[in-house]
Amino acid sequence: MRFNDIWTVMWKEMKGLLRYQGSRTRSLLGFLIPMVMLGIYLPLQIGRALVEGPWSLLISVFIPMMMVGMTIPESFAGERERHTLETLLASRLTDRAILFGKIAVSVGYSWGITLMLLLVSLVMVNVIHWDGQVLFYTPIMTLANVAISLLLAILVAGIGVLKSLRAATVQEAQQSLMTSTLFPLVLLQMIPLLLLNLVPDGKALLIKLVDAANPPQIILIVMTVLVVLDLVLLVTAMVRFQRARLILD
Amino acid sequence: MTDIAIRIENITRDFETGRAVDDISLEVPSGIIFGFLGPNGAGKTTTINLLLGLLEPTSGRAEVLGFDTRTQANEVRTHTGALLEHPGLYEQLSAEDNLEFYGRIWCMPENERRARIKELLTHMGVWERRKERVGTWSKGMKQKLALGRSMLHRPSLVFLDEPTAGLDVVAATAVRDDLETLTAREGVTVFLTTHNMAEAERLCEQVAVIRDGELVAIGHPDELRARAGDPGLEILGHGFEDNVLNLLRTHPNVVAAELLNEEHLTIDLREGMNAAPLVSLVVSAGVQVEEVRRSKASLEEVFLTLMEEER
Repeated sequence: MRFNDIWTVMWKEMKGLLRYQGSRTRSLLGFLIPMVMLGIYLPLQIGRALVEGPWSLLISVFIPMMMVGMTIPESFAGERERHTLETLLASRLTDRAILFGKIAVSVGYSWGITLMLLLVSLVMVNVIHWDGQVLFYTPIMTLANVAISLLLAILVAGIGVLKSLRAATVQEAQQSLMTSTLFPLVLLQMIPLLLLNLVPDGKALLIKLVDAANPPQIILIVMTVLVVLDLVLLVTAMVRFQRARLILD
Repeated sequence: MTDIAIRIENITRDFETGRAVDDISLEVPSGIIFGFLGPNGAGKTTTINLLLGLLEPTSGRAEVLGFDTRTQANEVRTHTGALLEHPGLYEQLSAEDNLEFYGRIWCMPENERRARIKELLTHMGVWERRKERVGTWSKGMKQKLALGRSMLHRPSLVFLDEPTAGLDVVAATAVRDDLETLTAREGVTVFLTTHNMAEAERLCEQVAVIRDGELVAIGHPDELRARAGDPGLEILGHGFEDNVLNLLRTHPNVVAAELLNEEHLTIDLREGMNAAPLVSLVVSAGVQVEEVRRSKASLEEVFLTLMEEER
């Protein structure tokens, strides 16, 4: 696999994503809606806490999931739905160049938008709450935002590739991907609720857990788990994304 | 380059649903248009996928341009071009960008790539429309563009899977014209699958016929036509009396003679026999001859005969 080949696939994917009218309007909307919601509305609502607390993780978690959730099925299931995959497979490109070129654009695009939104929301907070001193995310939150958004984007891309390979259409792949990525998040949100309602002294236990929490340690654990999951998913995608399998599918 | 572009030896491919290609062996010489004929579902597309190394054979082997399709599939795909069942064009991209993408895939240097894209689009008469999104083009224009794309990197061999299927007569003719001129100009070997016999008759120097995954005939179209039966002669004119028919039916060169109507006589000749003595015989018997023509089976008739044989 040569880098040039990955770059060639990226070139085509970027053209499809950004340059043409139909998808340009869609891309613009997909960019503007989160920009308004998370880059402007959220800082207005939350204020300084956005940069002083963990609230910015909302951006780092939801934006990559949403963006990759839209672009990966379009790129993989769309290629098959539009009957362009066979011709691509009949070319000299390796399976891995196609796979990584597509993933790179989707992840890069989503990650770029996430970082831009984090910056916009930071500017908004500073504009609204200007007191002569520039506010910035804490170092640990900066690391968490940058790393977790990237690792999550790769995670969703990996799941997205596997879902797209099984789906007959882009729509089916998008629905399946959204379900399987949002469901664990919903479950995660239910843990505190369950603690509060079902466990005796749940409130005390929750407060104890929060007090005992060591944010850098938690972030490190989350990042480690994400790195392992990313690697497993990428290797699985490499195994599944092979010409002979794709032609037979 | 080797004299044999494609060598297939006893290749078989099984799927869960059954055998798609059954013990096929054939050779395709370099520099010709080779027609691979068969009805839908006969195994033509599977054969192309096997030759491109996209599928592995269950048994047997194949070489394309000297490369083993099983172990050197990437080499095969590097040196060949393909227009498969669908044009495979990115409809949201322009015609120029579609070619640009494939030019980059084949690592063509930028100057050469640009010049080649211009050459092909000009040849196909769409240079002025190069910035238009392909999605807005007609089916025929898309197919022409896809044909150009398959030859963009000047491959030695091109696989074309039903390139005119689903096109109207005008578009199909335009694609055939482009195919004929491009292949002649570039000296490329073409492996063409089709179920359009007129297309095969016009374009192919050699044809193979496949049925239910099995190769049932191979050779020059004329050789296959010869298999269809005795050569014929048709005579149009006036004054075909019974005595003329009797004379012909007893002639050693004739297998059968029949009057289709008062002015149309058909004669089946024995293999290799000359028609001239029969024309003289008819004229001397008092028939006023207006037109004489040799008749031979069309490739379509041969194909239909082959499809019916051994069923």
